[in-house]
Amino acid sequence: MAVEGFEPRIVGFLCRWCSYTGADLAGTSRVQYPANLTGIRVMCSGRVDPTFVVKALADGADGVLIAGCHPGDCHYSEGNFKAMRRYPMLVRLLEQFGIEPGRVRLEWVSASEGEQFAALVREFTEQVRALGPLNWKERTEALCESA
Amino acid sequence: MAKPKVAFYWCASCGGCEETVVDLAEDILKVVEAVDIVLWPVALDYKLKDVEAWRPGDVAVAFINGAVRLSEQAEWVRLLREKCSMVVAFGSCAHLGGIPGLANCTTREEILANKYHRAVTLDNPNNTEPQVHATVNGYDLDLPVFWKDVKPLDQVIDVDYYLPGCPPPARLVAEAVGAILKGELPPKGSVLAPEKSLCESCPLNETKPETIAIKAFKRVATSTPNPEECFLVQGYICLGPATRTGCGERCIRGNMPCRGCFGPTPGALDMGTKMLSALGSLGEANTEEAAHALADTMVDPLGTLYRFSLPASLLKRRVP
Repeated sequence: MAVEGFEPRIVGFLCRWCSYTGADLAGTSRVQYPANLTGIRVMCSGRVDPTFVVKALADGADGVLIAGCHPGDCHYSEGNFKAMRRYPMLVRLLEQFGIEPGRVRLEWVSASEGEQFAALVREFTEQVRALGPLNWKERTEALCESA
Repeated sequence: MAKPKVAFYWCASCGGCEETVVDLAEDILKVVEAVDIVLWPVALDYKLKDVEAWRPGDVAVAFINGAVRLSEQAEWVRLLREKCSMVVAFGSCAHLGGIPGLANCTTREEILANKYHRAVTLDNPNNTEPQVHATVNGYDLDLPVFWKDVKPLDQVIDVDYYLPGCPPPARLVAEAVGAILKGELPPKGSVLAPEKSLCESCPLNETKPETIAIKAFKRVATSTPNPEECFLVQGYICLGPATRTGCGERCIRGNMPCRGCFGPTPGALDMGTKMLSALGSLGEANTEEAAHALADTMVDPLGTLYRFSLPASLLKRRVP
């Protein structure tokens, strides 16, 4: 639920060859976009272990973005296809935990798509803002016995 | 020199771990020769006040099975931690939460409502529910508190070692008891089983081709696996790649894909997402549509991937 004055904390896993470079292009081009995203460079979107996503959410993130090369352009040929296959499985798993599907996104951003990256971050930030804070730790503590 | 004393205790469990000690068969005589069993609720009469009278260190090892869900279980395991030099979490429930851990998909309120008010077979016109305190015929009666969630043993007390499995195989138990008696143990906090994944020792490992490409997941509920080919190759979700070996592949040899009862291999922070990662790699789908269709064939990801390990996972429980 939307909460007043809430600034989402979003973790972004950006692939080194395309997406991180695209994000960097947004930066060097001085395109303004929200500071809600903390970018983490990985070698490939296929490197993104679903454990990273879950750990980010468990540790306080409100949303997670995974960005990689467009299908067919992966520097390692198939890494982004692995990410593509893992993503819907992960979203369904998170739904079963009670985490809204809108909190995790997989997008393709090429090295030249600086503007598009900025627009994506703007849009995703608003999407997560509307969902409200995840507060996973607090919400699970309320449903767990303090031992 | 007096024989070392050992204690067994059970929390939220099915009794299978007690069975496995009995399954030592003749080997149990060797155990009984070597140790003094001073507490074993399933087999020997006991009194709480006798255990309370133990001095810390009197008892060498406590083997505790079952997950913790009741305040009484927490009190007992804390007492045993105080009195015993070593505590071994025995079996999947104590190690990771086990099957009872799946209760973390729901809430205490839902469980009590289903059990005492909604079940079709109930006849409960006064809406009676167990109470922590009640006075009946002038007597004060207490029941333990039913906790809000299920916990593995190490979320309640400090645990020295883990014996994995549902239940741990008799052979593994005998080896662990032997190691404890000889003092030949790995670093504290270790799981007393090999470090490799099940695939290493699986009899079907050699049937794996170069590439596994699963087009759709199959379920044992709706089709029967071929016992002579790797289950993953056939499309069944076998947790072998993400599960520690040491069980003797009892399930595989019974034509049942691995369900992960031994827990993850060392270094895995979260068993379920590790297996999900593997399934993404092993799947075949090169369009978003195909990827969604593949994911659709995995019915109940949570139950399949965290069948024995939900309370030990990073997210710990469902939040409705």
